[in-house]
Amino acid sequence: MIEIVNLTKRYGKKKAVDNVSFKVEKGEILGFLGPNGAGKTTTMNIITGYLSCTEGKVVVDGLDVLKHPEEVKRKIGYLPEQPPLYMDMTVIDYLDFVYDLKKIKLPNRSEHIAGIMETVRISDVSHRLIKNLSKGYKQRVGLAQALLGNPEILILDEPTVGLDPKQINEIRNVIKELGRERTIILSSHILPEVSAICERVIIINNGRLVASDTPENLSKNLSNSTDFTVRIEGENEKVNQVLNTIEGIEFISSKKVEDNIFDYFIKTYESDIRREVFFALAEHKMPILLLKTQNLSLEDVFLKLTTVEEAGEEVEKTLTEEAPSEDANTDANTDTEMTAKEGTDNDSDI
Amino acid sequence: MTAIFKRELKSYFTSSIGYIYLGITLLISGWFFVANNLYYAISDMSYFFANLTFIFIFLVPMLTMRLFTEEVKNKTDQLLLTSPVTVTQIVIGKYFSASALFGLTLFITMAYPAVMFLYGDPLIYSILGHYLGFFLLGSSLIAIGVFVSASTESQITAAIISFVVMLFIWLTDWIASTITNEIFKKVIEWLSVLKRYQEFTTGILSLSSVVYFISFASVFIFLTVQTIEKKRWS
Repeated sequence: MIEIVNLTKRYGKKKAVDNVSFKVEKGEILGFLGPNGAGKTTTMNIITGYLSCTEGKVVVDGLDVLKHPEEVKRKIGYLPEQPPLYMDMTVIDYLDFVYDLKKIKLPNRSEHIAGIMETVRISDVSHRLIKNLSKGYKQRVGLAQALLGNPEILILDEPTVGLDPKQINEIRNVIKELGRERTIILSSHILPEVSAICERVIIINNGRLVASDTPENLSKNLSNSTDFTVRIEGENEKVNQVLNTIEGIEFISSKKVEDNIFDYFIKTYESDIRREVFFALAEHKMPILLLKTQNLSLEDVFLKLTTVEEAGEEVEKTLTEEAPSEDANTDANTDTEMTAKEGTDNDSDI
Repeated sequence: MTAIFKRELKSYFTSSIGYIYLGITLLISGWFFVANNLYYAISDMSYFFANLTFIFIFLVPMLTMRLFTEEVKNKTDQLLLTSPVTVTQIVIGKYFSASALFGLTLFITMAYPAVMFLYGDPLIYSILGHYLGFFLLGSSLIAIGVFVSASTESQITAAIISFVVMLFIWLTDWIASTITNEIFKKVIEWLSVLKRYQEFTTGILSLSSVVYFISFASVFIFLTVQTIEKKRWS
């Protein structure tokens, strides 16, 4: 349905999107993840034809966006990061205007608009001025605008931002419902949201595609480690002594849970040592209360992927340490700067 | 295009700007009519329009300043540019809405010559010429304003720059008169929109002048389209 081929967008020297390629099948809900400034919004803006790309192409339903902009735009409903609302219009006037603007030709105009307002639950504010609405309502008017004309493709840039938990749930259900017959690309910061709604996830970092898979596969593939957390009853020092006798442990960190009960995070050299740990502790009469392997959540996957390649650059940084950090003229420098910060963040986490 | 045209026209009146514009124009033009025509009991509207031209240096920026700057500020340009309309259609829709409001005010001021026709026998072709010429002149100035609005970031900047540009246009004839180089002078005089407008006021409908004004507006609409397109490509 949507095919993105070697997409690159340059702003001066900086590459906002760097050689990104992916495909979205018909009826798929695709999650689009990435830290701030990764190029999510830029990519979405290019797909919708708001911006043009420097290189590469976007093909929607067999049509190149640049060559057939009008046909492609008819197929896409777009909710940008900030909903494009005219503050001096009422909700109903606004939707009426968008209906005309998008050149929608449906037999039952007013029913169609009313139906959409019902779907996103804004019927009760239809005659109020948009500028007087709360952020949640504005967001929903924005979503209503994207849904007008039943476009085959929906592109939603952080659709649940600014909504309260109940509304978030409602909107998620709406999106899931819509995803049955439509192709949806959805960007989000909220990772549980993506794993709840999306069938496939794309992670983008520094303008580059770093992963593309189902949320389940992503966490499975990246959590092949044999690290685990174990809760043990016993004096911290003694337990540590016992654990240290076991081979294959890279390091241990402990956290107090109750008196004499500690959680130990055990990082291993990629060998499964759960049995050894069990017998060693049993020998010393130290009961294991809990043992869980380190299953990466999507959140961990995300952090891992978006910091992985920077670890490599960190080495570079130590090699060229004299590079002044203020001099952010080149991309390389800004990258290492970021690495340095992120690197320290990670350390403190551990 | 019609959707944009209708929305823009409506938004002049959902915000205060349309009323302020209409109010100021009609108040001042009414006073000019009284002072120039009724007071001296003459039917020649030249002075009336000459004065009005000067006032429009201030009024045109008011009509055009928010046309594109507001869209960018509210990010509604994303809606327009991702809808199945071309940039040209967007620009023309907006341009027509400003011109329509301008035309509407001008239409209301036709009440003044109507009063004169009740009590006398003014030269109808001269008056029609004035109106047609003034409409074309105003529309050309609006095209400049639209272009400035698309090239700037904020309403205030757009208003100030448009105002300065209009002032220069108003001064072209004066500038031309101080130039001694014959060729240069000819070029500037040829470019002067006010000179062209004067041709209409004599009651002569000159096709070349009509074409001139339409081309003038078209050039600025074209430049506006290019400015917006360029933003997307940079």
